[in-house]
Amino acid sequence: MDNEQLNSPGYDIPDELKNVVSITTLDRIYNWGRRSSVWPLMFGLACCAIEMIAAQASRYDMARFGMEVMRPTPRQADMMLVSGTVTKKMVPLIVRLYNQMPEPKYVVAMGACASGGGPFKEGYNVVAGIDKFLPVDVYIPGCPPTPQALIAGMIKLQEKIDKESLSKVRWYDKKKEDSVYIPVPVLGPDLMDPRRFAEIKAIAAAKEG
Amino acid sequence: MATPTTTATLDLAARFPGAVSADARPGYKGWIVEKDKLIEVATAIRDEFGYDHLTAVTGVDYLPEGKMEVVYHAFKTTGGPVLTFKVQVPRVDPVEVPSVTSIWPGAEFQEREAWDLLGVKFTNHPDLRRILLWEGFEGHPLRKDWKEAFYEEDAKPFKSRWPEGKHVMAEEKNPFKDNINFPKDFDPEQWVPEGEAALYGALARYQVQEGSLKTDHIVINMGPQHPSTHGVFRAAVTVDGETVVSLKPVMGYLHRNHDKIGERNTFLQNMPFTDRLDYFNSMSNNFGYAVAVEKLMNIQVAERAEYIRVIMAELSRIQNHLVFIGMLGNDLGMMYTPALYAFEERELILDIFEAVSGSRMMCNYYRFGGVVRDLPEGVLEKIKGLVFERLPVKADELDRMLTENEVFVARMKGVKVIDAENAIRYSITGPVLRAAGVPYDIRRADPYSIYDRFDFDIPTRPNGDLMDNYLLRLDEIRQSLRILQQAVKQIPEGPVMTGKPQYQVRVPAGESYGRVESPKGELAFYVVSNGKPNPFRYHVRPPSFVNITALEKMCVGTKIADFIAILGVIDIVLGELDR
Amino acid sequence: MDGKGILKGLGVTAKRFWNTYWEDITWFFSGKKRYFNEDGVKARASKDTKGIFTVQYPEEKLIIPEEFRYVPFLVYDEADGKKEIRCTSCGICAKVCPPQCIWIVRTNDPVTGRPVPQPAEFYIDADICMNCGFCAEYCPFDAIKMDHDFEIASYNRNVFNLDKLMKPASYYESIRPLNATRENEARKAKEAAKAAKAEAA
Repeated sequence: MDNEQLNSPGYDIPDELKNVVSITTLDRIYNWGRRSSVWPLMFGLACCAIEMIAAQASRYDMARFGMEVMRPTPRQADMMLVSGTVTKKMVPLIVRLYNQMPEPKYVVAMGACASGGGPFKEGYNVVAGIDKFLPVDVYIPGCPPTPQALIAGMIKLQEKIDKESLSKVRWYDKKKEDSVYIPVPVLGPDLMDPRRFAEIKAIAAAKEG
Repeated sequence: MATPTTTATLDLAARFPGAVSADARPGYKGWIVEKDKLIEVATAIRDEFGYDHLTAVTGVDYLPEGKMEVVYHAFKTTGGPVLTFKVQVPRVDPVEVPSVTSIWPGAEFQEREAWDLLGVKFTNHPDLRRILLWEGFEGHPLRKDWKEAFYEEDAKPFKSRWPEGKHVMAEEKNPFKDNINFPKDFDPEQWVPEGEAALYGALARYQVQEGSLKTDHIVINMGPQHPSTHGVFRAAVTVDGETVVSLKPVMGYLHRNHDKIGERNTFLQNMPFTDRLDYFNSMSNNFGYAVAVEKLMNIQVAERAEYIRVIMAELSRIQNHLVFIGMLGNDLGMMYTPALYAFEERELILDIFEAVSGSRMMCNYYRFGGVVRDLPEGVLEKIKGLVFERLPVKADELDRMLTENEVFVARMKGVKVIDAENAIRYSITGPVLRAAGVPYDIRRADPYSIYDRFDFDIPTRPNGDLMDNYLLRLDEIRQSLRILQQAVKQIPEGPVMTGKPQYQVRVPAGESYGRVESPKGELAFYVVSNGKPNPFRYHVRPPSFVNITALEKMCVGTKIADFIAILGVIDIVLGELDR
Repeated sequence: MDGKGILKGLGVTAKRFWNTYWEDITWFFSGKKRYFNEDGVKARASKDTKGIFTVQYPEEKLIIPEEFRYVPFLVYDEADGKKEIRCTSCGICAKVCPPQCIWIVRTNDPVTGRPVPQPAEFYIDADICMNCGFCAEYCPFDAIKMDHDFEIASYNRNVFNLDKLMKPASYYESIRPLNATRENEARKAKEAAKAAKAEAA
């Protein structure tokens, strides 16, 4: 990265920060450092996980993007690549894993299933997309996305990281909480989201018989 | 296993008058056994008639007739056709059928699945818990009168798509309405999850042995998010120090309701869904489903298509076994190098799949009566190049790299997976069974497609330890190459499809059990048709799921690290295990 | 345990390590470009590939085979600057779609109220689509085809409407030349047969 690139941020600077070159430069370096070492959580769900492994293997080699270090523990991971169908039985664990990840953290929904339920959406044990529970940063359509499509999605994520600013990110803001805790869903007669308990109660009360 | 004392001709009705009758429904075969006599008849089937391998157990909910049927498919490990027998019980809860686990222990998980999804209570079952869903789930989803949250209609195509197809997301249309199964006045805040008490209760209890040091057992949960469980598989393990004392696999974390969705799809629509069973080998899955439905439709497959099918299925087997070897390396701590080498060859094979079918993994290439399209130009040359020049060399290279490696051998040799007798009892199929010394391969035992035209051996290994399992995969790669070399030489010109391609196939009423030797074992589809465009019952008998039945048997007494390796050699794929 | 086997195995890896350099050197001295070049990518995907196997996406891309399928799109013909969509909203794709991710609203003639062979709205929910290719396979009008463009990751859910789905026939011919030629010929033959029949009658 040369000097010119460092000093021209290439995105909108808020008015109060204009001409404060050192801060924008810090953003660039900060984002450059983060975008080039996004460590994914080593965590595969279904078919897409195999394409994820293929993308890590010799032909596509995600190491070129600094994404080769798959961490099996959420504590050391930056990005959760939801690679496959999210089932009701699995979703409490995914939410727990997400809660355990430190900020900054990103979620990428890989493939149709993780984005919106995919072909299995109509099933009784399938969650219609991980975005029902977690904030998703990038959606990659495809069933499964080829490794190249996955890398295209990763580049999209890098673009998103590039646009972030040190002065705005939540995890350095004293007024905001470090990270957002997502209530873990409960396995009852069906999957129950704690945020929707009142709704479930009302439906059950209105039920006949 | 008791060897059959008599080779009695198979007339169960004559052998058990009053207890067994032939299944007379049109399109159906096999025998209907009285519920009370099931154990007696099943024992005779195993001991007198020699059907030592109970392959599939499943249920069918005949709602219109008010009956619940449990279907058993048994085979001889020496080869031969299927023996189907059924038990019919009234569809009134509790639906009870005696468990056959005392005769064929391999039925254990399949009976649990039937309990989970259909609500058939198997009496005298050792551990009847839900297997794919969780304890506390409301209802049994495969029953015909059970409806899920996003339920739209009984059969596809849905009427809301055309001609007035205003796009809506299912979750917005039907988030928590009448289909959801919460009991009346259910209060989620008061709900205490049934949790895992039953699971931990099923694990062996700790007992202090007389005179020994008082130690403690620890329960370890491996998975569902664990780097070595090949996906979202979980095992609850009790360990004494490092030795496994008791182990219960927990699955269903990828249960995608294959059977239920399959019943709603038309026959053709199921084809791409089968891709997603064993997602390493979509070509084999297509093959199995095509064989099952073609049996029912009674159509001939185009000659050239048969060859293409075999070529694709064997290429699929090779890439599966290559990845198996690579991943086994990862499991043993031989990080990445073999896996990366294996993935290179796999990519080249996937290039062929992509060129012929359009997708690397989800091929959706087979159709009833043939395949979608002929091999595009240049693909056959590419296949020839791979099977004659590249892959034999690369298989030797893997062999040279690993087989004599002292560390590898020391780690693998002598760690028993399973012996022949138990492998048969536990209904194990595929490479694990052959590594235990049983030469049972469906391509030879009950030939389908055109496998009887090729000259190849069924490799076996005597010891059934980890090393044998690894070596057997190498042998199978070489045998598959032999088949491929013959097939690409013999492949004739001609059409690749019998009849016209059509999206509404006519399937006569009846049942069919189509099975193929997938790289992981016997993959079978049990399809029941009632003459409508959608199957009445669609059941998959996945090799991974049945092979895992014996996991506890294999692992107890070994070290916890060996459990990882044993799980690795069973070569499970979660898409197929949980469906 | 004398370590011979380990050395043998290391020999394999050493050879492959050596190959990565040797291939680059031979390519360099033969004056050909191995990277960022179509020939190089082809060579790396051939049966004789040795050495570095990586295709450095996004700078270089694998050659996509003609039959490759991703999310479907709708073909339109360009005639006098107007877009003539081939789709007649017959609904076969919506009926054959395994996960039922195609939604079609048929156009009705405002005067007569009878259906017009043209879709008013057309949706494909790419978050349900399983890329199976049935819609393209069974479409009798060659109107819906599987796309080659896989770089469609986005920050939102992907529900494609008519605007997003429409792509010109020239694009289709560029990604699937063989198929397009074959289909064009078949269509022409059909039209010719129809004309001949009309003439005979």
